[in-house]
Amino acid sequence: MSGPNDHADIHDDHAPHGSLRGYVTGFLLSVVLTAIPFWLVMNDVLGNATLTAIVIMGFAAVQIVVHMVYFLHMNGRSEGGWNMMGLIFTIVIVVIVLSGSLWVMYHLNTNMMPDMHRM
Amino acid sequence: MAKAKAQAQAAGVPAFYVTEDEHAHSGGSTMLGFWLYLMSDCLVFAVLFATYGVLGRNYAAGPSGADLFDLKLVAVNTAMLLFSSITYGFAMLAMDKGRQAAMQAWLAVTALFGLAFLGIELYEFAHLIHEGATPMRSAFLSSFFTLVGTHGLHVTFGLIWLTVLMVQVSRRGLIEANRRRLLCLSMFWHFLDVVWIGVFTFVYLMGVLK
Repeated sequence: MSGPNDHADIHDDHAPHGSLRGYVTGFLLSVVLTAIPFWLVMNDVLGNATLTAIVIMGFAAVQIVVHMVYFLHMNGRSEGGWNMMGLIFTIVIVVIVLSGSLWVMYHLNTNMMPDMHRM
Repeated sequence: MAKAKAQAQAAGVPAFYVTEDEHAHSGGSTMLGFWLYLMSDCLVFAVLFATYGVLGRNYAAGPSGADLFDLKLVAVNTAMLLFSSITYGFAMLAMDKGRQAAMQAWLAVTALFGLAFLGIELYEFAHLIHEGATPMRSAFLSSFFTLVGTHGLHVTFGLIWLTVLMVQVSRRGLIEANRRRLLCLSMFWHFLDVVWIGVFTFVYLMGVLK
């Protein structure tokens, strides 16, 4: 009987909603991960647009993970793993939508544009 | 717990029903449901990001992001949203400790940062439209206003929700239902900050890059 009892106590306590330390850590990481991309772009530090774009997208990806972990308290255990399942499913769809749209429309543009200009 | 079980047995109801029922109505499924709503919202933004990704360089001989965007303003805006995220976090910590006045104060600070964000964004939009960079000018501007505007609309509704909850808490206190609602809004608010990371990286920073 002690097993389910403990579980219920944890649940009522809203335990998985972070600590001061977690929020401050997440905040400081976010500040750094935001400041660096702005600095890179505003001062043109790398001197190469493509390289800068790739680097700032990397920073964005890391910062999204930081927000998920420290602010949204994402982990594989919340709601018995269903939060994570929903997130993974959504990420799969988002990747398909984004990469699919960009890929298809890029090819459509390169293949169609000259003809349309001639018309 | 033992008392509840004893009461349940006295009433002739098996004890496990009591525990599971309390459990099921404690808001656990609400949090999962709200998370799934946020994921569907995520798909809305994904579609808008994809639209912007496809149309974002079609300037129709009009102004480009490099001509229009003021990165200092965007940096300030990003800071406002980030500050509002951590103050909402502090409000949740105060709620966990049952300190209602402190929580309300942090929520008010969050609302002020949210309003500042919205004010700066509206100022930016007004400035763009004044310069002739309206949503009708080019496909780039149409998709820009749709994406950033949808995010701004979410922040607006978040602020309305925040105000309503502050009134609710002041009238009824930190009851279980209000805690659950505040936790849902917490997820909503942090989620908007996550979307904003995509906006400032993908739209503003990469828009300024040539």
